[in-house]
Amino acid sequence: MATVKFEGATRIYPGNDHPSVDKLDIDIADGEFLVVVGPSGCGKSTALRMLAGLEEVNEGRIWIGDRDVTNLSPKDRDVAMVFQNYALYPHMSVADNMGFALKIAGVEKSEIRKRVEEAAKILDLEPYLERKPKALSGGQRQRVAMGRAIVRSPQVFLMDEPLSNLDAKLRVQTRTQIASLQRRLGVTTVYVTHDQVEAMTMGDRIALLKDGLLQQVASPREMYDRPANVFVAGFIGSPAMNLITVPVTEDGVKFGSHKVEVERGVLSRAGSHVIVGVRPEDVQVRTEDDGLEIEVDVVEELGADAYVYGRPVAKEITLEGSEEGGERPFIARVDGRNVPEKGQHIYVFPNAEHLHVFHQETGERLA
Amino acid sequence: MALEITAARPDPALLDLPWSTPLEEWPEDLLAAFPRGISRHIVRFVKISGRVVAIKEIKTDIARREYEMLRNLRRLGLPAVEPWAVVAGRVTPAGDPIDGCLITRHLQFSLPYRALYSQSLRRGTASRLIDALAVLLVRLHLAGFWWGDVSLSNTLFRRDAGAFAAYLVDAETGELREQLSDGQREHDLDIARVNIAGELMDLEAGGLLQEDRDPVEVSERIMTRYRELWQELTGTEIVDTGERWRVDERVRRLNDLGFDVGELEMTTDIGGTSIQIHPKVVDAGHNSRRLLRLTGLDVRENQARRLLNDLDAYRSYFGRQADDEESVAFDWLREIYEPLTRTVPPELPRKIEPAEFFHELLEHRWYLSERHQRDFSLEEVKADYLTHVLPTKPDEKDVLGVDTVEMPVIASED
Ligand SMILES: Nc1ncnc2c1ncn2[C@@H]1O[C@H](COP(=O)(O)OP(=O)(O)OP(=O)(O)O)[C@@H](O)[C@H]1O
Ligand SMILES: Nc1ncnc2c1ncn2[C@@H]1O[C@H](COP(=O)(O)OP(=O)(O)OP(=O)(O)O)[C@@H](O)[C@H]1O
Ligand SMILES: [Mg+2]
Ligand SMILES: [Mg+2]
Repeated sequence: MATVKFEGATRIYPGNDHPSVDKLDIDIADGEFLVVVGPSGCGKSTALRMLAGLEEVNEGRIWIGDRDVTNLSPKDRDVAMVFQNYALYPHMSVADNMGFALKIAGVEKSEIRKRVEEAAKILDLEPYLERKPKALSGGQRQRVAMGRAIVRSPQVFLMDEPLSNLDAKLRVQTRTQIASLQRRLGVTTVYVTHDQVEAMTMGDRIALLKDGLLQQVASPREMYDRPANVFVAGFIGSPAMNLITVPVTEDGVKFGSHKVEVERGVLSRAGSHVIVGVRPEDVQVRTEDDGLEIEVDVVEELGADAYVYGRPVAKEITLEGSEEGGERPFIARVDGRNVPEKGQHIYVFPNAEHLHVFHQETGERLA
Repeated sequence: MALEITAARPDPALLDLPWSTPLEEWPEDLLAAFPRGISRHIVRFVKISGRVVAIKEIKTDIARREYEMLRNLRRLGLPAVEPWAVVAGRVTPAGDPIDGCLITRHLQFSLPYRALYSQSLRRGTASRLIDALAVLLVRLHLAGFWWGDVSLSNTLFRRDAGAFAAYLVDAETGELREQLSDGQREHDLDIARVNIAGELMDLEAGGLLQEDRDPVEVSERIMTRYRELWQELTGTEIVDTGERWRVDERVRRLNDLGFDVGELEMTTDIGGTSIQIHPKVVDAGHNSRRLLRLTGLDVRENQARRLLNDLDAYRSYFGRQADDEESVAFDWLREIYEPLTRTVPPELPRKIEPAEFFHELLEHRWYLSERHQRDFSLEEVKADYLTHVLPTKPDEKDVLGVDTVEMPVIASED
């Protein structure tokens, strides 16, 4: 087992002028489950492959434990890529399917047996060791494949979108399995996904990348409660946080007709406007004029709660993260027994305790 | 959602297939029971418009990616199955979505390794399969293809003058790069090693491996063969200024291996006493291209080498070294090759391709001459071959099903 450290690690692909991973600094603790997340093309896979030794590090260093592995070949790093299209061999027993690769590595028979049995215990496969894979269920077969990586007992597990092949239901099931397995094994793991829900539910900590740059690395809770900038705020959480540029006043910000108090120290670091973030569950909804006027477009009933999707009536106000041609809606969670109707106008303002304030230009968190 | 078929040349007959049914449940009468390698996805062979296609059920975006990748590989002249179509937007009658399909053309006369092992085999088959895979892997790597899932199952084999030629069949995990780093190549090689060992151990466990050599030991061959070949094709060599002939020799060695040399970089040291040579290999198929140019025959590399040797023998036998090469080739084709391969019993085309048949005749002639200590004409050889050898051969055009295995690891539930 080992710690992992990215130290200013940079990768520029030949022919590109921008780094795909740019001065990445992350310290991963021994036994930690770190999820690297971000939109397509942000450099997740590249970062993982740099750690695996499959992509050259142009600048900076990578450490596993106290070994500088920057220039080591993949073989010498003692890391295992999990789930890389493992085949199951029909004539071989489950035990042999799990252990055969150790035979190639020259591991003693008795040692192979020992490691296979240990892995089988953790994977709940003990009763099946002498069976053929055909006799197993789909989920058990998946665990056999995992077993192949486990018996190698590497210092670090690496996984790149291992669930992308699965349908939605099995994905949820398998992600819980992987997370609990990782905790039982206690092996340092780096896991890549583009899915923030997966990141939030699996990781001890999350590293969020955008354009090759690390935006924030923190626990899921911290990411959710204290996003470091507007990008993190908009990426983490589903439905997404509402982000709106609003004018700054003497002692707060104006949210439509509603004034929200904000600490002066915070405001002194801002210009004339700030970006305010409010999660759907932290939105106060009124029917009379108090706050930002919103026209309701869609109501999604979820039983106890409902989500209201609407847009500011004042045309000049748009939500951050809106792309050309696709406005982001304003989203509020409301009591399911008291739901506005489509077309109705409502007034919204943030709950002052759960207010996120970001600098208008830099997007950095102010409070 | 409507059914959506992407294909370079769409065949309307595709629309008649039961797309709203999961592939696993397609009616038998549509299917051709050819053998397949081990796979995690459902794969079926289907007869359509007089040809056979392989259909793989897989997530639509992955199907599209693999389709494009196979097209790119073929554009680069690399041996891979031919992609034909992607089918997306499938739904069951109840409205539930089903995974998409990648359709490739069935590679005729191709043999998955498991089918080979169900025949009685010559000794050393595993080694020859691995040699063919090593050539394939080197070619792919030279072109910048990072496979990611190298295995016997993901390769198809065709007979090639006693050896095998390998074709890529599964490009799902592949990536095309400008160039591969040593670490990336080693990664592929490592995957190949483990997969081959696993595949051979599986045959052993199933009692199908007729050789008694240790799979682990046999699998090591992929490393040594690959590295030897890579070194020969890309390595820098230092020769004495006085030994220039060694430059030619290097080129000839590469040609013999079936590769053409695009450029040869030569640098002399400061004192001018030695030359450093570094070849830039363009592609395999040196002999098959040459034979194609001379005769119009489109055959595999070793077969071409064999045919060219016979052409050379013909030429010197008739003392025609001074004649121009094309006209000798034309006469050889008309007088020797075509008469032998054209008039054949009707079952022959199902069992063996013409060029491989010709190769076997040459082999058989050698065997007969050894045994009877005299020369045989090719007509005599052919008669003997048709009576004694051909009847013992299995049909290989579209080999029928044996030991086909599907092992969905990730696509099914508890
Ligand atoms: N071989 C390559 N050559 C040039 N550029 C590359 C190469 N591989 C990746 N890139 C670029 O580097 C950036 C990061 O790619 P990477 O695959 O690491 O992103 P990712 O976050 O894993 O994306 P995805 O979720 O789509 O897999 C992208 O802009 C991509 O276009
Ligand atoms: N065009 C083709 N011609 C002949 N055989 C084919 C063709 N396409 C597929 N096959 C057979 O089907 C088998 C499975 O195909 P393929 O390897 O693409 O499936 P897969 O599920 O992606 O495999 P894996 O588990 O390695 O990811 C191959 O091993 C091969 O024997
Ligand atoms: Mg395959
Ligand atoms: Mg595949």
